[in-house]
Amino acid sequence: MRESLLGEAESVLEEWLRARGEVPTSEKSEGFRLLALHRQGARGVPSFNACRETCREIAYHYNLLGESDEKAKYREDMMGLLVEHLKLFVRGKLEVEGLGDFCCSSRPLRLESGAAKAEKLHG
Amino acid sequence: MNKPTKYQRVAYYPGCALEGTGHAYNRSTKALGAELGLELDEVKNWNCCGAMEVKNIDPKVQTYLSSRVMSIAANQMQASVVMAPCNGCYHNLKKAEHDLAHDADSRAVVERISNKAGHQTYQAGQVETIHALDWIKDGVGEDELKRRVKNSLKGLKVANYYGCMYTRPRHIFPEKDQGPGSESTSQPHFMDDLLAAAGAENVDFPLKTACCGGAHTLSDSDTSTKLVLNILRAAEAAGADVIATECPTCHSGLEMHQVRAEKALGQKTKVKMLYFTQLLGIALGVSPRKLGVHENVSDGLEVLKEKGLL
Repeated sequence: MRESLLGEAESVLEEWLRARGEVPTSEKSEGFRLLALHRQGARGVPSFNACRETCREIAYHYNLLGESDEKAKYREDMMGLLVEHLKLFVRGKLEVEGLGDFCCSSRPLRLESGAAKAEKLHG
Repeated sequence: MNKPTKYQRVAYYPGCALEGTGHAYNRSTKALGAELGLELDEVKNWNCCGAMEVKNIDPKVQTYLSSRVMSIAANQMQASVVMAPCNGCYHNLKKAEHDLAHDADSRAVVERISNKAGHQTYQAGQVETIHALDWIKDGVGEDELKRRVKNSLKGLKVANYYGCMYTRPRHIFPEKDQGPGSESTSQPHFMDDLLAAAGAENVDFPLKTACCGGAHTLSDSDTSTKLVLNILRAAEAAGADVIATECPTCHSGLEMHQVRAEKALGQKTKVKMLYFTQLLGIALGVSPRKLGVHENVSDGLEVLKEKGLL
């Protein structure tokens, strides 16, 4: 189960990278391709770091699930919720791709007339 | 000057949210400060920090707006510390501080607008901006807090939710990640530490810094609702009775989307939301009314009664 959840998380980030016209890396960071994909996905998009800890938690739960204990079912559920969160976050980012830096949907305003506004405001 | 002395009296920057949806946070922060003997001097004639709207149209105007708040604190109030309980305000003031220290263009713009507005230009380093968590953690500390607890939160299971603005981006928080005693940007723990000192049982909560979709709450309500629902479910799965918050935007987002998730998606969750200042206030014996618990959308009174805390 942990393999499939990790694979699902990786495919979410691959989707983000492909949508941005990039080739998803096959490299690993700290032993996880997921973390390398996140690093690649956040390059030039600092707001993408809002899901950095979610990815790290997924990796953490993956490691925990490597140890069999009585909490395995709980950890599996938690990892599932984390992957779900990543999916929702990236889906939202994809929907507004080209529209916002996570914190706002006003990028067109900034791109189209930002320079003119700045000129006017700053004199 | 050491931190406990320096944080004894701080310039208080509540920010816009604490006058609206986060009113209970404002109330409980003031009540908690009074109970702990910490003084708050509200920044005179403060303005919006530039939040999301201004920042996304012209980031340098946001830098100016935040710098004006710090300028008033430093130059008119002679304060050395500004305390902002809202993650958005805290983040923006820290960002302005960083930009003014490292970017000549930002300094030039801030100087030009400050001159036009007729006030002294803020210079990087004049004040230290802190969050309400730093204020209590470093100004009072866990030992003193433990000593003052009259109504231990023992038996209350808490999921501490910090949101994503409190520690992100890392470079604007140079004081964090400095080893023991400092806050961590990847695993923040100040709220956990304070509530543990008050007797609460912190649950392991993997979504403590996850995005709540706060900024998209109007433009993309469905995604925000699903993100919040996921956070609420994770907190419940971790066994939490309440989610402790330290940001008015996150708090109102969790509360409102909890209601929306039930109405729009038929997904009911029972976990309650309380500001960490409300929980600490309860532990110190302050009345829930003084802490504004009745102003929360989520009915925290019910769980507090259930746990024998009222």
